[in-house]
Amino acid sequence: MSKHTFTHLDALESESIHIMREVAAECKNPALLFSGGKDSIVMLRLAEKAFRPAKFPFPLVHIDTEHNFPEVIACRDKLAADLGERLIVRSLEDSIKRGTIVIKDESKPRNPFQSVTLLETIAEFGFDACMGGARRDEEKARAKERIFSFRDEFGQWDPKNQRPELWDTYNTRVHAGENIRVFPISNWTEMDIWQYIGREKLYIPPIYYAHEREVIRRGGNVIPVSHLVQPKPGEKVEVATVRFRTVGDMTCTAPVESTARTVDEIIEETATTRITERGATRMDDQTSDASMELRKKEGYF
Amino acid sequence: MSDTTQLLRFITAGSVDDGKSTLIGRLLHDSKSIFEDQYSAISKTSEKRGRAAVDLSLLTDGLQAEREQGITIDVAYRYFATPKRKFIIGDTPGHEQYTRNMVTAASTANLAIILIDARRGVLTQTRRHTFLASLVGVPHIVVAVNKMDMVDYSQARFDEIVAEYTAFAAQLNLHDVTFIPLSALNGDMVVERGDSLNWYTGPALLELLEQVEIDHDVNTDDFRFPVQWVCRPQTEEYHDFRGFMGRIEAGEVSVGDEITVLPSGHSTTVKEIVTYDGKLQTAFAPQSVTLTLSDEIDISRGDLFVKASAHPPKVEKEFEATLCWLSETPLEKHRKYLVKHTTRTAKCLFSRLDYRVDVNTLEHHAVEKLNMNDIARVALKTQLPLVFDSYTTDRATGSFIVIDEATNNTVAAGMIV
Repeated sequence: MSKHTFTHLDALESESIHIMREVAAECKNPALLFSGGKDSIVMLRLAEKAFRPAKFPFPLVHIDTEHNFPEVIACRDKLAADLGERLIVRSLEDSIKRGTIVIKDESKPRNPFQSVTLLETIAEFGFDACMGGARRDEEKARAKERIFSFRDEFGQWDPKNQRPELWDTYNTRVHAGENIRVFPISNWTEMDIWQYIGREKLYIPPIYYAHEREVIRRGGNVIPVSHLVQPKPGEKVEVATVRFRTVGDMTCTAPVESTARTVDEIIEETATTRITERGATRMDDQTSDASMELRKKEGYF
Repeated sequence: MSDTTQLLRFITAGSVDDGKSTLIGRLLHDSKSIFEDQYSAISKTSEKRGRAAVDLSLLTDGLQAEREQGITIDVAYRYFATPKRKFIIGDTPGHEQYTRNMVTAASTANLAIILIDARRGVLTQTRRHTFLASLVGVPHIVVAVNKMDMVDYSQARFDEIVAEYTAFAAQLNLHDVTFIPLSALNGDMVVERGDSLNWYTGPALLELLEQVEIDHDVNTDDFRFPVQWVCRPQTEEYHDFRGFMGRIEAGEVSVGDEITVLPSGHSTTVKEIVTYDGKLQTAFAPQSVTLTLSDEIDISRGDLFVKASAHPPKVEKEFEATLCWLSETPLEKHRKYLVKHTTRTAKCLFSRLDYRVDVNTLEHHAVEKLNMNDIARVALKTQLPLVFDSYTTDRATGSFIVIDEATNNTVAAGMIV
């Protein structure tokens, strides 16, 4: 093999393609969770690499909190349409109407409720496997999660009762009513994602690049002003040059101050940043040392 | 990082007492892979616990579930990169369930770091870790003699340990062993060389991790392609397209090569190598590709494509293997299980349990049932023929997992003899 060059991106790509094909072959009714964020856009390209010239053997599914940035939703719809793949969108609003989610405060993050609608969607379509774009470098609960992560009837992750995962031989078996979450890009880091976006010239929502935006500063965080987040009395709205490292719920996703307007500039910034992706941008993960672990146990991806 | 950065997966074997967490912490810290928010979190915890300096071992601290229940989850994966390579560390904490955890993490590793406390030398656990690394066929071994600061950085002590380890390792199948004296606590010979080990002229640990030759860690000679998925687009444009998708597990293949489909034994030639990025003339392990063939042959998932080579695979329903039992529920000899081998799953039963290996002494013992962490030589019978190589020839086609159909749990890992 020494006569060939096989880079870390090639190795990660091949591993992810292999995982997606195992899911397609062994699971009866899989789905690919697609939000329009950068990690799921990479997943989409990997699915193209895995299954073209055929269509994907699964639909794309988005659980919409309706707290998303409009640019991300536009990107989600554009990419699904460009690829000619089926996109299923289920909204938290549907669950709210059904009464399975009760919202007390519109301005609070909706991430904790996403699992409810996800589980309802899984039941509606009978999905036995949902592929998601989570990465192990994001957070320490994820660092200990399997690529094929088994969930019980309540969608719960049991960290101390995981199936051992050896070689690349994945156990995809579930009983009726149970399902698995599959994370084909488990071994990718934030840097790998950006390098791959650059290499593959992927279209991503423009808010990942530096832009001017109205923000307020609250409790050490830079918060984007939107219809959901308005300045409180005494808070000053300012225009800052920022970009988003992650694009989640508008009420709890903070941009970082940046002038990086191209993928190359973002790669350079990622290489020198001193703060983790979630640490910089996710206010909901700062509430407790175990926030993500608790959410996952409740059925979050 | 450049466009030619390679990926290296390694594991660290050793206990907390050997300074394993400190070594990983040191590696991440000195290679500037620790972020400020992570560092401030461990600084706070160090202070809370009354430590004088920031305790780097806290970086590998566990989850809430682990802390509360005093358990350890078998493997945590950590990532860091230097301009030369991207690294994945399979970190296996704890003493208990060690065999199971280490075998799991080692199964995908290019390299294992075996930690030895310089004061204590080669211990039972050193032998155990080394045996497991050799059993799982980890291609490169680094023996890190840690806590050299506690033995006055003595070259004589280091040489003694090297001699003792070498004598023991001679009975095992290890190909590439490197010894490095270091102090994880002080950072000598981890990322920086430091000033205290000037008598040592070999590479520092990170330097070795960046340089070790890994191109031949996969079998480059014997082409093996397990069919994962048959692609039939059935669109107008690709009306007759029938592509066989999978990952090349070993060797390479070119357009025009004659291949044999096993277990059926039909032969044909490769018509095209299709990828999303265009057609290729040649593809090699571990690329994921799509092959089209010159003849219409009945082929489905679970079949294996091979080329004629000096080491043809076996096609059998009976074989012998070394088994590592992973489940808390013991193996019951009269029960049927499932074996998943490459892309083929078949019912199986254990026709013989030959012996159990004591991982500390390597002695063989008679065995009636297998408990968690047991390593044993067994014979299996499968309902369908499997197409396999010996594990030493090819890790991918020589390995399998055993699944309990009642629980769907993965209960064992096997390496075909």
